[in-house]
Amino acid sequence: MSSLALFLIVLGLAALGWLMARARAMAFRRVAGGQRAHSLPNYHGWYVALWAALPALLFIAIWTPVSGNLVSEEVMSSPAASSLPPFEMQRMAILREAREIAEGDRPGGFNPQSSEIATVYKSALGRYRMIGAVVALLLAFAGGAFAFTRVSPHFRARTKVERLVMAALLGASTIAIVTTAGIIASLLFESVRFFSLVNPLEFLFGTHWSPQIAIRADQAGSSGGFGAIPLFWGTIFIGAIIAMIVAIPLGLMSAIYLTQYAKPAVRKWMKPLLEMLAGVPTVVYGYFAALTVAPLIRDFGKAIGIASATSESALAAGLVMGIMIIPFVSSMADDSITAVPQAMRDGSLAMGATTSETIRKVIVPAALPGIVGGVLLAVSRAIGETMIVVMAAGLAANLTANPFASVTTVTTQIVQLLTGDQEFDSAKTLAAFALGLVLFIVTLLLNIVALRVVKKYREAYE
Amino acid sequence: MNDMQTMTAETRLSNDAAPKMTARDVSVYYGAKKAIDCVSIDVSQEHVTAFIGPSGCGKSTFLRTLNRMNDTIANARVDGAIELDGENIYAPSMDVVQLRARVGMVFQKPNPFPKSIYENVAYGPRIHGLAAGRSEMDAIVEQSLKRAGLWEEVKDRLQESGTALSGGQQQRLCIARAIAVEPEVILMDEPCSALDPIATAKIEELIHELRGRYAIVIVTHNMQQAARVSQRTAFFHLGNLVEYGETSEIFTNPRVERTKDYITGRYG
Repeated sequence: MSSLALFLIVLGLAALGWLMARARAMAFRRVAGGQRAHSLPNYHGWYVALWAALPALLFIAIWTPVSGNLVSEEVMSSPAASSLPPFEMQRMAILREAREIAEGDRPGGFNPQSSEIATVYKSALGRYRMIGAVVALLLAFAGGAFAFTRVSPHFRARTKVERLVMAALLGASTIAIVTTAGIIASLLFESVRFFSLVNPLEFLFGTHWSPQIAIRADQAGSSGGFGAIPLFWGTIFIGAIIAMIVAIPLGLMSAIYLTQYAKPAVRKWMKPLLEMLAGVPTVVYGYFAALTVAPLIRDFGKAIGIASATSESALAAGLVMGIMIIPFVSSMADDSITAVPQAMRDGSLAMGATTSETIRKVIVPAALPGIVGGVLLAVSRAIGETMIVVMAAGLAANLTANPFASVTTVTTQIVQLLTGDQEFDSAKTLAAFALGLVLFIVTLLLNIVALRVVKKYREAYE
Repeated sequence: MNDMQTMTAETRLSNDAAPKMTARDVSVYYGAKKAIDCVSIDVSQEHVTAFIGPSGCGKSTFLRTLNRMNDTIANARVDGAIELDGENIYAPSMDVVQLRARVGMVFQKPNPFPKSIYENVAYGPRIHGLAAGRSEMDAIVEQSLKRAGLWEEVKDRLQESGTALSGGQQQRLCIARAIAVEPEVILMDEPCSALDPIATAKIEELIHELRGRYAIVIVTHNMQQAARVSQRTAFFHLGNLVEYGETSEIFTNPRVERTKDYITGRYG
């Protein structure tokens, strides 16, 4: 019996339990007459259905991977497996083939040994599947029957269902957290492998980036360098400097206009329009940067006599990224300016201050922590941004402050290191994970600081 | 019910030499809704004037027309004439910024800026350029805090945040802030409604001391407070000025039935 069929049968049992419990609850409801049952029939139905389905499904979810391992173990210990070749890859290929034959996915094996092992496989597979199915169905029956015996006028099915719903929601949110933990674990694991090949100090403080390891000593590029400083600098230069020079003033000023000057009618259509910028796919920004902005900047650079101006410049990527970030800064600034109590504004205006004096001297200082928090979030978003820099920033790991020159960023290099055919155990590929780890830690810290700042400030006015 | 109440208020006052502010036939609209209906009133320099009335009667709305704070409300419109020393404050030539420097305001909830005590008081003088240097500014801050009765409590911690003070101290700080720009009129919009009785007593005492130096108009929903601090009382109801007169007269011998009902606590 396949897992899918088992799954459907369990669901069918749950549905049956639902109908039966509901019918029973309906019945005692009619019989009881004047006395009211604690819960409506539907809740009794759900209570039984959940008891029938959840333990069985949980068992299936655990059993499926566990039984896979048990099957392979049994196959490996069988006499047929003793003649397998010792070489790992060959052995794995034969085993895979045997498994596919056993499951009926392929008619015959390429290796002569595989059909022999397939029979062992088939019996083991069948046995473990049968055990799984029987246990799951027993669990479903037992759970359903247990719940069904509890259905009575005084039974608080409604409260129980409420608690199960809460548990389900908690489970849903845990998945996201567990996934994040998994991502961190994989980053850490691969990074540790990388740092066993490359000295962490060289990686963090070295200034020469040329991520390749030669197979033979006399090959070109044998002097591979993994100093990531040019990458970190490029990331900061584009994401935290050029983009912020564009995004902070424009975002802040548009927030001030929208909150303090714009009439409600203007604000009503202008705010969503501005926020639409955040919905533009980053790849669209990417080719806008690469095809429209970059050539303009190169021509401008040449025109003012900068010979080094290239068509892949830090300035082009930074400017477009700044535009992309504007809605972030402006909506955070908007929130924190709106959170400044009207009384502050009135107090200042009543002193005879003009609107712009009030904004400069009272509103912006009062909203500053929120604005700073918003800017930090925007920076963390900007340095993690990939598409724009991949398309417009270039690959040359230059350590330069010339905005017309080409620089590269952490994200660009990660893409570069992992695209195409790569073996997954060379320092070159593993470097991508180390870069990812650094990026992750930096953005995480930025986010924590930003959220703290924002929260502290919110408390001040509540 | 009295016939007089419908159109014009019952007003009986000995004529002042020259009232500081005069309002004639002032109506205020919020969109299509009329919040104030044809109010005419004189505010004298020497006296504290109290506006009393039940919630929603328009007393605060009317107070805010006196320094054009209603301008900040998008759909508010003011009809009629209000003069400060004979000058129409709604005339196009009137500079609102200058007007508000002359007619200061203290709000219902203390609203010190999130700055130091010193900076709170120095805020007005600074934007209006009233002090030529550090020492002059120090003098203005000290004098304003003294007049607001706060100096002794805060003189050693002028650099601390104004928002760290107690509610009553914050309100006196707001009064000091208003005084610092040397206004001619101070409008107080229920200045004690967020304060405890002791802090309220201090503010009331302060109002007594400030009387004469500034024309003071105070809105209050607390009739005992109006009786304690004011010399003139105006009773507002449903957007109308019902009765205006000497405080002692209004409280002991109201002429209009509605005033009497309110003062004796029949509604409000």
